[in-house]
Amino acid sequence: MILIICITFAVFGVILGFSAIYFRVEGDPIVDKIEAILPQTQCGQCSFPGCRPYAEAIAAGDADINQCPPGGQDGVEALADLLGVEAKPLNAEFGEEKPKSVAVIIEDLCIGCTKCIQACPVDAILGSAKMMHTVIADECTGCELCVDPCPVDCIVMEPIPEDLNNWQWPEPVKKYA
Amino acid sequence: MKFSTVMSPHLQPVNSVDRVMLQVLLALIPGIAAMTWFFGIGVLINIALAVVVALLAEASILGLRGRPIGSTLKDLSAVVTAVLLAISLPVIAPWWITVVGILFAIVIAKHLYGGLGYNPFNPAMAGYVLLLVSFPMQMTAWLAPIELGSVALNEVDWLKLIFLEQLPANIEFDAITMATPLDSVRTQLGLGRSVPEIKTDSVFGLLAGKGWEWVAGGYLIGGLWLMWRKIIGWQIPVGLLLGLGLFASICYAIDNNQFAAPSFHLVAGATMLGAFFIATDPVTAATSVNGRLIYGLLIGSLVYIIRVWGGYPDAMAFAVLLANLTAPAIDYFTRPRVFGQKA
Amino acid sequence: MLKTWRFHGGLRLPAHKNLSAHRPIVNAELPKQLTYPLQQRPGVQLKATVAPGDTVLRGQIIADSDHFLATPLHAASSGTVKSIEDRIIPHPSGLSDPCIIIDTDGHDEALPPEPVEDYRLEPAATLRSKIRQAGIVGLGGAAFPTSIKLNPGPQRHIDTLILNGAECEPYITCDNVLMQAEPDAIVQGALILMHALQVGDGIIAVEDHMTEAFQALSAAIEQSRDRRLTVVKIPALYPTGGEKQLIRVVTGKETPSGGIPADVGVICQNVGTAAAVYNAICRGLPLTERVVTVTGQGLKQQQNMRARIGTPISDLINQCGGYQDSVERLIMGGPMMGFALPEDDIPIVKATNCILAAAGSEVATSKETRPCIRCGDCAKACPVDLLPQQLYWHSRAGNLEKCKEFSLFDCIECGCCEVVCPSQIPLVQYYRAAKSKTIAKAKEAEKAAIAKRRHDFLLERKAREQAERAERSRRKKEALAKLKAAETATEGAE
Repeated sequence: MILIICITFAVFGVILGFSAIYFRVEGDPIVDKIEAILPQTQCGQCSFPGCRPYAEAIAAGDADINQCPPGGQDGVEALADLLGVEAKPLNAEFGEEKPKSVAVIIEDLCIGCTKCIQACPVDAILGSAKMMHTVIADECTGCELCVDPCPVDCIVMEPIPEDLNNWQWPEPVKKYA
Repeated sequence: MKFSTVMSPHLQPVNSVDRVMLQVLLALIPGIAAMTWFFGIGVLINIALAVVVALLAEASILGLRGRPIGSTLKDLSAVVTAVLLAISLPVIAPWWITVVGILFAIVIAKHLYGGLGYNPFNPAMAGYVLLLVSFPMQMTAWLAPIELGSVALNEVDWLKLIFLEQLPANIEFDAITMATPLDSVRTQLGLGRSVPEIKTDSVFGLLAGKGWEWVAGGYLIGGLWLMWRKIIGWQIPVGLLLGLGLFASICYAIDNNQFAAPSFHLVAGATMLGAFFIATDPVTAATSVNGRLIYGLLIGSLVYIIRVWGGYPDAMAFAVLLANLTAPAIDYFTRPRVFGQKA
Repeated sequence: MLKTWRFHGGLRLPAHKNLSAHRPIVNAELPKQLTYPLQQRPGVQLKATVAPGDTVLRGQIIADSDHFLATPLHAASSGTVKSIEDRIIPHPSGLSDPCIIIDTDGHDEALPPEPVEDYRLEPAATLRSKIRQAGIVGLGGAAFPTSIKLNPGPQRHIDTLILNGAECEPYITCDNVLMQAEPDAIVQGALILMHALQVGDGIIAVEDHMTEAFQALSAAIEQSRDRRLTVVKIPALYPTGGEKQLIRVVTGKETPSGGIPADVGVICQNVGTAAAVYNAICRGLPLTERVVTVTGQGLKQQQNMRARIGTPISDLINQCGGYQDSVERLIMGGPMMGFALPEDDIPIVKATNCILAAAGSEVATSKETRPCIRCGDCAKACPVDLLPQQLYWHSRAGNLEKCKEFSLFDCIECGCCEVVCPSQIPLVQYYRAAKSKTIAKAKEAEKAAIAKRRHDFLLERKAREQAERAERSRRKKEALAKLKAAETATEGAE
């Protein structure tokens, strides 16, 4: 009797082992799913050099899910849902959730040094040496990585104003949670 | 000129929870009047007691939860629960039965789940079942109708009976209590008599028990008025009565000595009360229109099954609670087809 | 008698139409200033074709755009362009946006009209182009460009034109009085539309209480001697005037979810739009005025007014005798789907069918919202047969996936559910917020995908540059090494 059980388990173990090798999926799909939730700001506030490294760290268990300020609390909850863990509040050590902004170069002050162009993770700044630099507003993710490198402090972050194109119907005031 | 902006729709709502609950209370009046006529004012004392305790309990819980007390109590839902529980209890039940039952119903079965609209189980029935299971003796001591020769009690006697559990000197407990018609049928069938024989007992009137059938008639009138006012839909009452009636008819046709007539089942016990007032509680019932029909049929069938083959003479409370469990599933399977989409 | 069908749900609402229905249309006085918001639809911003200081004539185009959903704006009277500046626009957000402000000169000179001789000789494309140039959009409230609607494309075969004369919202009577005053214009407009669409079947639908309008239209059809057009009475049930519901009632067909009426072979136009088409084609007049119902117990007088587009609402209110003390809210549109305005200096636009100055007794001033008691009345009233309860639970929880599962975007925001809810829950607000959030999330996801692609490309580019640099330095080293080897060889040789 015990022998039969042992043999059955051994057979299933072999089948499982084969399947693990034979049907292996290349790449790690969970990392892709985590990355799809992240806002792709590539700002580094999470202490990783971009959204993909952060996603990989979460999948490996090296990072917590609440380190991404641009993703906001919504992002934390979406990650919690995906990974089946408890949602927690955004970790203030990594930054605060701020209203979305875009970088704007004050053209009078720009000296054409290209330091900001090198810093931008999505190539959203147009310009070259000794030429005027300008931020392509539509491509700017608001990561703020260009602000510090500028030697003349000519980049400011301006919050995106509310206009007819991004206005949202307000939620009703919920009296009780 | 400047104006305040509010979102559409701007028309005044046509209905309110307060009005719905008030009309339910009004519809209960004929049945309660019949009960008072045939069984004395005990039921009124129970109702008053239950309502007071219910309101106090709800106010305390709302205070603990930090919710506005005045406006929430105004919705009368606690009053309706209290009245429904009080009229389901035996009229001579001691005061503490009513109090325990209503406290359980309001505090645990309603507010611990989140308050109005969030409870999965009918609070009045949950309270009733708690009492029935925990205190079977007090919950099965039913008063005989006055016309059957039991001694009439005056107001003071009633108050003493309910609050002090004392009977007047010359009256014995056994003299005033009597089994309900459903109970009678059940025990007598167990003793080997046949249904036509049992029906000749003095307990029985035209269709069901003397006095009790008038009470059922009162609830029927109230229920029909509620349907006419569109406070309740026809699906649950018709479903329930149909489920019960059909099941009873089939069994009666097979063997009319062992099974009571459908007319008996439809009138006896809590059938009318349940069909129009208890099963129709919107919070715990199925929501979709077809779902409600299924829900009613389910309760009707369960009532019959438990009455005939189960362990209790009347089954409305258990049937309703069991059907409450299935309400979400019924809703899931009866979703309507959206306009412009394929089924 | 044409057969009619029914749709699920709907509400019988108190009509309040007698306030304005039985008076003839009054011509509004020419306003001192006309204001024209430049944003026509979400994402469609017109460019002004005039500059401050320019003189304009009535019927002159003052703004246009290349966007395929844009229609030109015309000045409604002659005058001078004062400025192009931000003003509060008639939009539920109450935001400001650039507007063209024109000071009228009182002469009301117009551009010479260019009517079409015989529209029956014109190809459909020409008619559509003329309709577009006349600035005609749907006057029922949605303001969709009519020329686009008339061009459903070769994939869709149209066989019926329906004219929507079913004003289902309470208080609004502008279509009713227009049908009584100008039935010929409407009938001719219908025939022009039918020619442009090449359809053989036209139905004008009116509500069953509009007997005078029905008679006027029947007489006009008789006179036109065109048998392809019929008038039909349909039950007055809100929201039977909604396009999809109207098509269901008149033809029995259900517009597929996510589709348009052209998918079932029907094109629906408002009766006012038909009259505007007639004016544009046969009289050569662009769209510069429309009939507006100015009503509500908050006014001293209620009437239908023929007003120039761009007229400030305060002008129209003054011509109705001004406000009563009891006025509580100013609504553009009807009481079910109209939006409240923060002030009355706002201009009317092409889509404005009604200005409702409601007294406190006519609107819900405070709602006693209670928890949902799962009564199911909302689902019974929904004309789209949705489950408003489920949408409420899920949008309240922020569960947008579940909202999509329950067909959130099929909701027409008619408000039936909210009006019948005994717990007085502001249901439509939840749905609108959920829809906004879903759209915003989709936009964000799109932006994030683009940012990711740019970032990936940047990483790739940097890696490539590094590899090239490494390659170059390797070659240099090699070349140097060769040179060194050659030198030492020659040195050695020497």
